[in-house]
Formats: sequence, C-alpha cells, structure tokens
Amino acid sequence: MRLRRVLIANRGEIAVRIARTCRSLGIETVLAASDADLDSLAARLADRTVRLGPAPSSASYLNVGAVVAAARAVHADAIHPGYGFLSENVRLARACDDAGIVFIGPTASQLDAVGDKLKARGHAVAAGLPVVPGGELDGESDARALAREIGFPVLVKAVAGGGGRGMKVVRAAEQLAPALELAMAEAQAAFGDARVYLERYVESGRHVEVQVLGDGEGAIHLGTRDCSIQRRYQKLVEEAPAPRLNAALREQMHGAAVAFARHLRYRGLGTVELLVDCAREAFYFLEMNARIQVEHPVTEAITGLDLVAEQIAVAEGRPLRLAQQDVRFDGHAIECRLNAEDWTRDFRPSPGDVLRAVFPAAPHVRVDTHLQSGSRVPPYYDSLLAKLVVHGADRADAVDRLREALAACTIDGIATNLPMHEALVQDAEFRAGGFDTRWFPRFLQARLQTPTDS
Amino acid sequence: MNLSNEDVQDILRVLDSTSYDELKLETARFRLVLRRSAGGAWTQETQALSTPRRSDSADRAVEKATSGGGSVAGREAAAAAGVREPAAPGGAGDSRHGLHEVRPPMLGTFYRAPKPGAAPFVEVGSRVRPDTVVCIIETMKLMNSVCAGMAGEVVEICLDDAQFADESAVLLRIRPESTCA
Repeated sequence: MRLRRVLIANRGEIAVRIARTCRSLGIETVLAASDADLDSLAARLADRTVRLGPAPSSASYLNVGAVVAAARAVHADAIHPGYGFLSENVRLARACDDAGIVFIGPTASQLDAVGDKLKARGHAVAAGLPVVPGGELDGESDARALAREIGFPVLVKAVAGGGGRGMKVVRAAEQLAPALELAMAEAQAAFGDARVYLERYVESGRHVEVQVLGDGEGAIHLGTRDCSIQRRYQKLVEEAPAPRLNAALREQMHGAAVAFARHLRYRGLGTVELLVDCAREAFYFLEMNARIQVEHPVTEAITGLDLVAEQIAVAEGRPLRLAQQDVRFDGHAIECRLNAEDWTRDFRPSPGDVLRAVFPAAPHVRVDTHLQSGSRVPPYYDSLLAKLVVHGADRADAVDRLREALAACTIDGIATNLPMHEALVQDAEFRAGGFDTRWFPRFLQARLQTPTDS
Repeated sequence: MNLSNEDVQDILRVLDSTSYDELKLETARFRLVLRRSAGGAWTQETQALSTPRRSDSADRAVEKATSGGGSVAGREAAAAAGVREPAAPGGAGDSRHGLHEVRPPMLGTFYRAPKPGAAPFVEVGSRVRPDTVVCIIETMKLMNSVCAGMAGEVVEICLDDAQFADESAVLLRIRPESTCA
C-alpha cells in the first residue's frame, strides 16, 4: 500500500525531520501537536496540524486515544511515531491495526518482544547473543535478593525504557529502595510504564550499536554507531562507524544484530544496542530500540541512505530495497546533541525563548533542529534543541569539521551545552577516539573544576 | 513549502562565486539570512514564517474522542492551566508569618508522590528535616527531588499534584522547628 497521508505523532526536531522526507516522497503530512507546539516549526512545515491535547505529554503525545483519533479525524493512512513518546507502544500499534492505519514501525508483537526489555533479553539468548547478568523484579524484597545475587553495583532499568529515563546505578543495598522509587517515577513519566528491572552494571565498556533494517523476511545491517559519550545515560555525542574497533569483533557485532533481527522476523528500522568490553574484546546484548533513533543521521551520512524513507518503504509492505552488499560505508560522521542545558550548572534544564538561532551552512554539515529565531522551548519535553552532524573523509577530518561547525553556531536566549561541545572537540583524547563510557564523566569533572574560557 | 538544505546549498554555490558576504531573503513563507564569516565559512539563520494550517473539525473530533475517558488528561489540563497562587514577592525561602517557603529549583511540574498512586512524600502536619524530600519537580523530563530546606512542620501544600509551577511559585510552607508549639 502506497502511503499518501502520514500523521506525525511527535514533536521537535524529529517531527521536522519526518516531514522533510515525507515531502520529498510526495506524502502529505499532518502534525499531531500539543498546545505547547501548535505554533512550532514542525507545525509550520507540515501540510496541516491537528491538536492532540494539553501540553503535558501524558495528556497529548502519550495519549494513544488522542493520537488514533487524530489520525482518524484527518484520514491519515499511517502514523509515524518518531522516537520516544509512543514510538514503541504496543497499544498504539494494536490500535492502528484495529483502525486500519499503518503504524510506521515494527509489528505490535515485535514491539512487545523488544519494547519489554526483559522479553528482549530472552529473545537475544534464543538468537545466540550474549547478555549481561540480570533479571526482573517482583517487589522490593525480591529486588534486594536479586541485587545481592547479581552483585553491586547494579543498574536499575525501565522495562519500557530508552534514552536513560528510569535508569539508575545502585552501588549499595541501602540505596536500592530510593533508586527504585525514582527510577519508577521517571519511567512512568517518560513511558507511562513504571516497571523496572536489574542488570549488572558494567563499569568499563563502550556503547556500540548496530543499525538494522528488516522487511519481515530478510534483515540487513547498516553498520555501527558509537554512543559512549553519555551523561547519566543520556547520549550527547554519537559517531559512525564506531572508531578503533577490531575488524573481526565489528563483523561479529554486525552478525549478531542481523541474527537478532532475523530471529524476530523484524520489520522496520531498529537498533541493536551492545555493550563492548574493550579489555576482553567481547560484547553483550543490551536491548533493541524498535524505532528510528535520535542519532540516525550519522548512519545516513556514511551510507547515503534516508532511513525515514526506508522505514516508510517497509511499512508500505515493500521488500528491502537493498541487499547487504549494496550498503557502502563512506568516511566518518559525528553528531553533537545541542541541548537546552547549562553544563556549568549541573546540566540544569533551560527552557525559554530563543532570541536567535544561527547554524553553519556547509555541504558536509547537516543540522536537524526545531529551533528558529523566536522559537519557544517549552519546559514539558526533553531538552534536545538541535543535532549538528558533520561528515568527513575520516574521523580526524570529521572532528576538524565539527570544530568549525560548532564555532558557527549561535543560540541566544537560553543556556545550551554548546560550550561543552566546543571544549570536547578540542580535547586530545576525544580527538583520538575509542574511549569507554567512563571517559566522558572524567572529562566533565576535569573541565568543570577548572575555569573554562567560555 | 519551505527551504530545504539542498536549496540552501544551491544558493551558497551561487554566492560563493560572488563577492557578497551576506544575503537576506524574505518571502511570505520564510526568511533566510546567509552570512560569510571572516574565515570564509557561511552561517544560516532561517525562519519559517508560514502559519500552521489547522482544521476546527479535526480538533473537535480529537477532543470529542478523548473527553470521555480522559479524567487524567482533564486533571492535567486543569493543572497545566497555571499556578493557582501567585508567589509572595521578596526573598526566596523566607516569608510572612515566619513560615519557610519551599520553592522549585526551576519551573516544572509539581508531583507530591514518587510515583503515580504512591503515598505523597509529605502531608500537612508532617514533620520534616532539612534533607527530607517533600516533592518532585519535573522539568524537561528530569525529576528533581525538592528538599524541605529546614526542620519543621508542613503547614500548607500550595499546589495540586501534577500542577505546573513557575520559578517563583511557592510549593509548600513549613513552620520552622524553633517556632513549633
């Protein structure tokens, strides 16, 4: 079925991003927006805008009934859920099936299999992938027993999680109960599902993920991304391909991701997240993200593909348009997430009015953003303002271009983490690449203890 | 219709062959400012000026479909409508009647309990210490625990659960221990 009208059930930069591809494919777009976003850039760019509900996401972007009603009201033949919000929500996928609306994503049962991180672990084991020790929780006393069995430190993770919401490291038994409470509150607020589980916390590892694309029959990989620069499990810089990775290990990771997708007969775009133990040259399955991800542009940069277009193609029921050998990797790409956060004040969120937004204009630079001069950044949603993506012949070239691109950015009116990225890109270790997830917190600590020149 | 990145690149290719360092282009639908820096790099400032196209009938259909079972949504809508009470002017934390005012660390949504359905952190009459968590403020999906900041007794909880609090809002009032009966 050829899609003609897509409801974009999301906001911010990804809503803008989806609208762009739909337009290039000749698909009409209707933005489903909360009261806070009725005048947003995405609303201005979409062909039409329909009101979902009040600003809080529980009353708008997380409201399955409102999203389906919006799709029906505008006679959309598909819903693109973007990332976050309802993007991996089984109820929305089922409601779409019932209403005869195409859900641009995996099937409801695949979402159930991987959206629930515990079930995903089971499938990973069945598909032959190594997993980190851990398991589900059945109340607080159970949590203490399981944590003792796994051994501290343990990681509390949201079963419906993603993006670090509802994730907490617990280093001692007495911290477990409060961490569980806070993690559950965050998980409820972010995903509408408060369930959490425990996993051994691997202190030294790299977060490397493999992009996969399936059509329900076959599946291919689109290479690796390294997302080891994180703060509190929130990714800040991502790159493709993952640098300084042993070639044999990289191939094994590609193979594992494809095996997992094939095991599920996966249909859609997905990411298999792996934790790489650098010292042992081993990797573990963490979870699968059954959606388009924030960091997808770095993969697009090195493959030349439009992943939203591929997502739409398989959602239309078409077979994969490329075989594994058709996927070519060219150069290196890096993405910086520009967030409304003041890095000098413990990353304090900074919603407000953007007086001026200036970005670089260059052939090797891509800026995905919902900002423009005069935009309002509401306090209700996440702090992502823009993604600055650079593409270079190799990593060193990409880093140089990133430095120039960052220097060309101006965002006035709200605090942003732009100065943090500028400091990062000048750091010798960052320029070398290939660090584990402990490196960035150390960088931050060192930088924030000494006065910065910004 | 709006400018794509490809459009901007095409315009830049034309500009690069000229001696101009700035281009301002404004139509009913968009505004584009391209500037060449001293180093030769171009920057862009783009604005979509088109007005979002809405349809009342579609909006009404969504509202009708969600108004039935939407008690939670309704409550949040009411809560989001604004802060119930204007904050007292003056120094943060101190106040009239010798009561300690707890204010949000930043604007956000006020939650009385660690998770939906759980018991509230405190009630009126609760005894608190300076480090007792009295509520959560959620800003940009980040949960910030708010502490009492002073030992005493909670005498007023000023906002409803899930109500939006701006930066000057008073969340709770606490009678300091020394003045407790």
